[in-house]
Amino acid sequence: MNFEAIKSIYGFEMARMRRTLMQSVISPVITTSLYFIVFGTAIGSRIQSIEGVSYGSFITPGLIMLTLLTQCVANGSIGIYFPKFTGTIYEILSAPVAMAEILIGYVGAAATKGLIIGLIILATASFFVDIRIAHPFMMVLFLVLTAITFSLFGFIIGVWAKNFEQLNIVPMLVVPPLTFLGGSFYSIDMLPPFWQAVSHLNPVLYLVSGFRWSFYEIADVNPVISLVMIGVFLALCLSVIGWMFKTGYRLRS
Amino acid sequence: MPPIISVQQLTKTYSNGFEALKGIDLDIERGEILALLGPNGAGKTTLISIICGIVNPTGGKVLVDGHDVVKDFRRTRSLIGLVPQELTTDQFETVWNTVSFSRGVYGKKPNPALIEKILRELSLWKKKDNMLRELSGGMKRRVLIAKALSHEPEVLFLDEPTAGVDVSLRRDMWEVVKRLREEGVTIILTTHYIEEAEEIADRVGVVNGGQLLLLQEKTALMKQFGRKQLKLELTEKLEMIPPGLAAFELSLAEDGMSLVHEYSHEESQDSIASLLSALTAAGIHFRDLSTRQSSLEDIFVALVEEKA
Repeated sequence: MNFEAIKSIYGFEMARMRRTLMQSVISPVITTSLYFIVFGTAIGSRIQSIEGVSYGSFITPGLIMLTLLTQCVANGSIGIYFPKFTGTIYEILSAPVAMAEILIGYVGAAATKGLIIGLIILATASFFVDIRIAHPFMMVLFLVLTAITFSLFGFIIGVWAKNFEQLNIVPMLVVPPLTFLGGSFYSIDMLPPFWQAVSHLNPVLYLVSGFRWSFYEIADVNPVISLVMIGVFLALCLSVIGWMFKTGYRLRS
Repeated sequence: MPPIISVQQLTKTYSNGFEALKGIDLDIERGEILALLGPNGAGKTTLISIICGIVNPTGGKVLVDGHDVVKDFRRTRSLIGLVPQELTTDQFETVWNTVSFSRGVYGKKPNPALIEKILRELSLWKKKDNMLRELSGGMKRRVLIAKALSHEPEVLFLDEPTAGVDVSLRRDMWEVVKRLREEGVTIILTTHYIEEAEEIADRVGVVNGGQLLLLQEKTALMKQFGRKQLKLELTEKLEMIPPGLAAFELSLAEDGMSLVHEYSHEESQDSIASLLSALTAAGIHFRDLSTRQSSLEDIFVALVEEKA
């Protein structure tokens, strides 16, 4: 293992986060605070509690997931896309670094950023609403697994994208609808049966449901199934990346 | 000792069907300076990219210090430093950080003293805390060289190192190249500036259309292909070359005011003396004379056009 290389890539990416503190940390925190003010406090005060949990508290796990997914996909993709775009990737490709080490450096940094932002939002939320965490260990497990999985997903997009439009298409057009329709703001019990069935095809439903369960022990699907689904998605991302590395897809072609 | 780099039957076809390399064989000796010449799109950069591990080969193989560049990439890549053709830099990084980063990705422990030495040698020390976007093109080129040297490579690739570079940088760069060579570093450079190859290379390779057209010691190459020309400016107009001078390879300019004599390195030098005395005997007087040796550039153009 070339640990120096992993350290260098990870450190480089984290330094980028410090340089762009406004954009990478403060802006998601402000956005999420707005959600809390509008949905949690203003509208939420007129919504009856869901399964014994106030609406503001109910949406907190979903909001954290929304930001975590968006941030991890965005950071994971830009981390590898940017050197590809500027050409500085020549150095990493010509260095004695295995693709796995490159992956650990970039994805590790993207996941770390996502986690930091997720925890900041959790702390912010506690100012607005009551937060209770029933299973802290499971909460962290869901958070970490989701961060890694979606950073890997972002990495795939970053390698695949040939321009900035393609780079943004998934974080902008795919992640938000999946999150909004994945029960971030409601329990899918509130939907008609047909849409409930459709919702089960949405991978984000399992993340939000499992994550919310670790807080309030209420879930749309069994938390074990949630964990399995994350595992499946993680394995899927890893095998796509494995194939990309083996063939040199869009990196060494 | 085996060659430091051995390229065997190397081919590369890009996904769009473009055949960039059509079976290249090339052995590079330890400690030599090899210049690769060739027009744009000849395949020089592809060749370098495969040796450095940036591009996967389609066929054939490359050994660096006896190790395969694909299977044993850790061994081979840690021996190589690359200065790319394009000025690709992380615009928002500082000089110090980007050079230290390079050492890190090559798996070497930090060594601030070495980085300082490299930056000073390349006149970058005063700029070490500047962001790369604040630097001029020449300064960025220096940074790329510093990055390539940061992990103490045994082989250095310089891809078009002097494109758009001013005189002082060129001088600094050749100083660095000279020092590296004394330390036993093998240097491979590609260039369009043939004077450069002529000045510093030990051997010259000519690449065109994905093939290595020629690989030779520079001096042998100059001897083999190099022609010399003697030009005589005449005092009086000459209508035709007198029959008595037919034995010499002579040609008369259209205006009849100058004579050109072509000869090769191998021909004995007294051919000029006998030509001059023959001219005097024929009553032809000249007011000036000059000689010209064909440069690598002439050789190169002749070769590329011949095979095209």
